[in-house]
Amino acid sequence: MAGAGKRHLTRWTVVNVLVVAYALFPVWWIVSLSFKDPSTLTDGNFIPTKWTWENYRGIFQTSEFTRALVNSIGIALIATFIAVVLGTMAAYAVARLRFPGKRLLIGLSLLIAMFPPISLVSPLFNIERVLGIFDTWPGLILPYMTFSLPLAIYTLSAFFREIPWDLEKAAKVDGATPAQAFRLVIAPLAAPGVFTTAILVFIFCWNDFLFAISLTSTEAARTVPAAIAFFTGSSQFQQPTGSIAAAATVITVPIIVFVLLFQRRIVAGLTSGAVKG
Amino acid sequence: MRRTGTEEGARAAAAGAKAPAEAGRLSEGARQERRLGWLLCAPAVLVMVAVTAYPIGYAVYLSLQRYDLRFPDQAEFVGLSNYGAVLSSPFWWEAFWVTLFITVVSVTVELVLGMALALVMHRTIVGRGTVRTAILVPYGIVTVVAAFSWQYAWTPDTGYLAALLPEGDAPLTEQWPALGLIILAEVWKTTPFMALLLLAGLALVPEETLRAAMVDGAGAWQRFWRVTLPLMKPAILVALLFRTLDAFRVFDSIFILTAGAHGTGSVSILGYDNLFTALNLGIGSAISVLVFVCVAVIAFVFVRLFGAAAPGSEQGGR
Repeated sequence: MAGAGKRHLTRWTVVNVLVVAYALFPVWWIVSLSFKDPSTLTDGNFIPTKWTWENYRGIFQTSEFTRALVNSIGIALIATFIAVVLGTMAAYAVARLRFPGKRLLIGLSLLIAMFPPISLVSPLFNIERVLGIFDTWPGLILPYMTFSLPLAIYTLSAFFREIPWDLEKAAKVDGATPAQAFRLVIAPLAAPGVFTTAILVFIFCWNDFLFAISLTSTEAARTVPAAIAFFTGSSQFQQPTGSIAAAATVITVPIIVFVLLFQRRIVAGLTSGAVKG
Repeated sequence: MRRTGTEEGARAAAAGAKAPAEAGRLSEGARQERRLGWLLCAPAVLVMVAVTAYPIGYAVYLSLQRYDLRFPDQAEFVGLSNYGAVLSSPFWWEAFWVTLFITVVSVTVELVLGMALALVMHRTIVGRGTVRTAILVPYGIVTVVAAFSWQYAWTPDTGYLAALLPEGDAPLTEQWPALGLIILAEVWKTTPFMALLLLAGLALVPEETLRAAMVDGAGAWQRFWRVTLPLMKPAILVALLFRTLDAFRVFDSIFILTAGAHGTGSVSILGYDNLFTALNLGIGSAISVLVFVCVAVIAFVFVRLFGAAAPGSEQGGR
């Protein structure tokens, strides 16, 4: 019996190690490339034989990357903030209030969750040029917050349905209006759900590539994923491999740290919206 | 299990709370509630309509024009001829079949792998947290970054994976191997998401039912096919619907891995190229509209034929 249990344990350990390796090895590969010396960049080794910070020094000396990093962070943060605020309002109404048109709202956000971004690229490209927001921050914030709104509404309404609503009733009995009950009682309780949603929305905005290359043309608003696709290398005699790997690592590591820190919340958030249905 | 319990409780409490209120001073409270509901939803609805409905209408309008960005003055109404041009073009059909192929293969592989991963996470006794954390990494990583990693891995002279291939093989420059690698990149990136959705579905399968089946003599395999899978059907369908629509939009991985060369371009790549390389807004918009129609058909098939419950429909019914 003990032997069987031990074999069982070994088998699971092997399976788990395989799963972890599967998840991590492309990440390790790009990190390892970023630390390779130009002379060993093409040796195909899984672990750098000559470690160097050269690639990182290179990308941080060019505005091409630093500007893109500022754009990425700024655009994703603002889009996340707006999407979460609007999403919180709508999700509260969906989870809590009775009003005609709720089905319509849910249908609309479902429609947008399924919307192919390429269908929006050509009209938005033209509209944004006319409005003068092509190649600006608002030009990217608009589509980002729109496409993350359905995610925000679903996740938040799933969280909101688990809040002890008796407290709201109590507040109303004490004479609070529905708006006051929302602001003073429910909002603080909802904070963890809101935070989780913000992480998911941020990852979504951070990840976008299609809008980022379509609706920008210069460094003014180009985000990191778009910028690294157009990298030319820190000097013209160099393949940009090292720079791309370094830039890729810079935008990956913070997200991974974030994901590891908040993994429980993220799993809850990712699954709450979809499975309840 | 526990969460549904509290949810039911909360709902029952809410229903109980509502009943007397409705019997009493219904009109004022109800009207206030209704107005607040609309007020709270209005901004989100406005943004969603302004940024999607209006542009898609505009895309339909543009698709009926001959509109070359190099000669914007010569724009004129040409009816459906852009659609005719796209639908009679071999490029569209190649892109369409490529997209469909990538979608079907990657979603199938993801479902099988995702189910396996979900079962591992559900049943494992050691390191459950580690596994769950690790598989979130592909979800969190930027698609473009992952695609670059794969590209370097498969490029001869640079990559450790290309080194495993026979000398002179450059898989990214041949159609079928390149498609395979695109699918691999997609599968790697999105299987964890699938697995998490399925894991949540697995958690809803009651342990007692499985034990009862075991007592009745059902083997592990039988229990999985006859008990677990049918009970998970709603979760599976939702996961499939989401992933299918997502896979049909595939763009990032292809753009980085092959840029659509060697017959690997998806419909999204084709639309992008027509817009930004050929600068043809009319044709590009026609492709945009056609992709939209494809996605609508896929969603319709899932919801109507397979009966996938749209997420959120439950709270909509209230």
